[in-house]
Amino acid sequence: MINRLLAYLGRHLDRQLLTLVSLLLVIGLITLYSASGTSLERVGAQLANISVALVVMWVAANVPLHYLSRIALPLYVLGLLLLVAVDLVGEIVNGAQRWLDLGFTRIQPSELMKIAVPLMLAWYFDRYEAVLKMSNFVVGAILLGVPVLLIAKQPDLGTALLVAAAGFYVLFLAGLSWKILIGLVVLGAASVPFLWSMLHDYQRQRVLTLLDPSQDPLGAGYHTIQSSIALGSGGLFGKGWLNGTQAHLDFLPERTTDFIFAVYGEEFGLLGNLVLLALFLVVIARGLVISANAPTLFTRLLAGAITLTLFTYVFVNIGMVAGILPVVGVPLPLISYGGTSLVTILFGVGLLMSIQTHRRLVQT
Amino acid sequence: MKRAVELRNHQRELYYYQIRLAIAGAVVLVAFLMLFTRFVYLQVVQHDYYHLLAEQNRVQIVPVVPNRGVIVDRNGVTLANNFAAYTLEITPAQVKNVNAVIDELARLVDITPKDRRRFQKLREVSPDFAGIPIRTRLNDEEVARFAVHRFRHPGVELNARLFRHYPNSEIASHVVGYIGRVSERDYLDLQRQGLGFNYSKSDYIGKVGLEARYEAQLRGVTGFEHVETDANGRSVRTLRSILPVPGDNLLLALDAKLQRVAEQAFGDHRGALVAIEPATGGVLALVSRPGFDPNLFVEGIEPAHWEALNKSPDHPLNNRAWQGVYPPGSTFKPFMALAGLELGKRTPSYSISDPGYFVLGSGGHVFRDWKAGGHGRVDMHLAIVQSCDTYFYGLAQDLGIDAIHQFIGQFGLGQRTGIDIDGEVGGLLPSQEWKQRRFKQKWFVGDTISVGIGQGYNLTTPLQLAHATAVLANNGRIFRPHVVQHIQDSQTRELTTIEPQPIGQVEFKEQNLRLIREAMVDVMRPGGTAAWAGSGAKYAFAGKTGTAQVIGLRGQKYDEDRIHERHRDHALFIAFAPAEDPKIALGILVENGGHGSSTAAPIARKVVDYYLLGIEPKPPAPPAPRPARTVAAAAAEAAPSPAAPPQEPAAAAADNDGGGE
Repeated sequence: MINRLLAYLGRHLDRQLLTLVSLLLVIGLITLYSASGTSLERVGAQLANISVALVVMWVAANVPLHYLSRIALPLYVLGLLLLVAVDLVGEIVNGAQRWLDLGFTRIQPSELMKIAVPLMLAWYFDRYEAVLKMSNFVVGAILLGVPVLLIAKQPDLGTALLVAAAGFYVLFLAGLSWKILIGLVVLGAASVPFLWSMLHDYQRQRVLTLLDPSQDPLGAGYHTIQSSIALGSGGLFGKGWLNGTQAHLDFLPERTTDFIFAVYGEEFGLLGNLVLLALFLVVIARGLVISANAPTLFTRLLAGAITLTLFTYVFVNIGMVAGILPVVGVPLPLISYGGTSLVTILFGVGLLMSIQTHRRLVQT
Repeated sequence: MKRAVELRNHQRELYYYQIRLAIAGAVVLVAFLMLFTRFVYLQVVQHDYYHLLAEQNRVQIVPVVPNRGVIVDRNGVTLANNFAAYTLEITPAQVKNVNAVIDELARLVDITPKDRRRFQKLREVSPDFAGIPIRTRLNDEEVARFAVHRFRHPGVELNARLFRHYPNSEIASHVVGYIGRVSERDYLDLQRQGLGFNYSKSDYIGKVGLEARYEAQLRGVTGFEHVETDANGRSVRTLRSILPVPGDNLLLALDAKLQRVAEQAFGDHRGALVAIEPATGGVLALVSRPGFDPNLFVEGIEPAHWEALNKSPDHPLNNRAWQGVYPPGSTFKPFMALAGLELGKRTPSYSISDPGYFVLGSGGHVFRDWKAGGHGRVDMHLAIVQSCDTYFYGLAQDLGIDAIHQFIGQFGLGQRTGIDIDGEVGGLLPSQEWKQRRFKQKWFVGDTISVGIGQGYNLTTPLQLAHATAVLANNGRIFRPHVVQHIQDSQTRELTTIEPQPIGQVEFKEQNLRLIREAMVDVMRPGGTAAWAGSGAKYAFAGKTGTAQVIGLRGQKYDEDRIHERHRDHALFIAFAPAEDPKIALGILVENGGHGSSTAAPIARKVVDYYLLGIEPKPPAPPAPRPARTVAAAAAEAAPSPAAPPQEPAAAAADNDGGGE
């Protein structure tokens, strides 16, 4: 009886993804326990976040694909409206206008766009699948560019880049011409000086700090220096769980959220890092496989974009902690403390599962 | 149609799509490989470096300053000790804007410009994670006020620290000296000596006096604490600590009470007094007046105080006792007399008829006696008792400068005594060889004549006078004068005694010494130059007065009342008592004191009265403000009883005439 219920509940859940995600979540909880200074309260709160996110994942996995393509446009329009609303009446937190107060809760519309933009673009390209022309890519670029610019204006460069990346993956997978791609790269390189002048001071500082963290060891370079020390001092096998001095003596900033990987790397060393990288790699590989086997262009593009976005999160976060990318506010998927990120990521994972399982059902 | 196209392209599109996916997958792999490479670099290649950084982050080595040894006198009276007080310290690494924090603190506690200057100075030499005092010695109210607001000032801490204190203030200030912050030069010196490890640049070090000389003993050994700290620099726990070894205590031969009596006996006079226990060389009192308050120096002296001390015409920072050199004047005569007897140039009964002057050769240079008209018939005994210059002019000529140099040099005049305090100067006991070397000039017989009465090239320190007197009183046995008697291990309380070690012996016949001694006793009796100072003494008091010329008179007659106070002669006095079994030997100098009998000898009397009989002098009259004090009034004040004139008003004063013309 119970077995049958479980089988029913799990019929749209991809075993492999579920196992990998569970492993990563457990690693995240273990690390969080250490990073929070053995705070069971923090771990409990994260467990609650995980529960909610798992439900979201389950729901997403059970949504039939045609429903999904139907909500793409409304979700995108809603997201856009909210972004405009934020621009007009948003709350200013930490000098950036990112939050929208709905009275009962505050939401960050830019977070929504991480899913809504690739969804919208995948839907759009799917619609014009048969006759994809240059003009479709121009429209796609505009669909992508508007929310990205709105988010960048908040200013939230990190999220803007992530949304841009998600959208770009759709464009790329949809078959954006190599000529244009190369042209974009050249254009991008050429516009660096212009972009530089557009950046806010703190954004420039982050980039400069990346080049030489020691210039401002107590200011902008502090994060990078301390996380490098944490990783480096971890060595091959790490200092052992709960023994990371950098974390436990408060040297690491934001060590339960954006910089949790530094805690992990300090306590579990190179070996631990290898395990974590491998797990993420397998998740990404699984996502790419799902994308490759997806039945429609819409699902293919969506699965590919979700998977590559997940990769981007992982790469940007770890790259930032390891000091090869500038410090941007990107949490490490499934590991960092925080509900929003978990829900977004697991929603994406749920979509992947849905694409995989509904295809299978269709086939059989 | 449309469907056919779709069907035709479907496989190809899927193929293209999968190629693109594969490219993306390759990018993912490359990116992860980059991360992995970075991990290898950080965690394997650079591991040692980051491990060190993490340890440095985590562990700070905090020096623990040892308790400095205390200094007590022979009776246990404390001359230098430590007291605990709160300091307010800022750790610059934990504070964003140091100056703003200081301004905020200034609202809670008093912070003077001097405090700020010291803070800046210390900040330059201290590591940023070290607490630097912005205020020292907070009172209870200030401590309480800060404690209430403590949470608002991260990076500011209240710490109990030990401070050096000199409870007797001016008394024995030159002997005890003082400590101060380690200067750049001190630090270099310490490093050269291999002692840099024991000090940080914000530590204290002995600068002057015993504090400087016995720095190695007083300091102890710095301990270290390995303290684990969090990112805010707050210590979480101590991982390891090496306890400091407290410094050793100094137990002095000095008698602080005697020192006080001696210093007070000087009144407003400038000068120096050294009292030595002849049998051991132990220094009982070592006075240089005026003194200063060493407490002013400990935390860095304030410019106003510094200026006052430096610009004072009394030069209180000058150490007269072992760094000031003066002609010994007639205090030289007993040694001359002994030389005459020992070297066979005089017999006790040999006498001269003194016309009041001495003529060198036939029709040569005339050297005058201080007493116009002369002393009449004078033998050796009387020559000492009355301080007859003419007698000693002749003796000097007969002895010759090299014999004088050789014989009297044995008593240590004109050379360092080797006392255990830094900065002792040598002085001068001239010789032919010296003059040749110094001036490339031949020695003239005329030079010898004035040396015979302690003038001429002669220069001695008051310490040397006391030392030579002690050697004389001790039958020629020479002990190195020493201030410190025992060094006490502050933990085991074990005493290391600095044994009195005879370092030499001046050979002379017992009966010759007896003659000198008896003559010196008679100096203090009616008919002697210091009869007034010796009157009523309940012990045999041996002494000799002396006068040292300050300015050449160019043939004018010396008239004390008409000369500016600072141009008056220096008064000198040597003494020992009781004469038959000396317990104390003295050398005294009173700058511009006129002559030895009126200012220097009475001081000796008070000191010996106290030392031998325990008689404390009457407390000095409370010092009233005397802005327009006349010279005469000052002189009257210094003399205990102006109504009792010295037997010989001019006493040794006119000794100067010897070299004056």
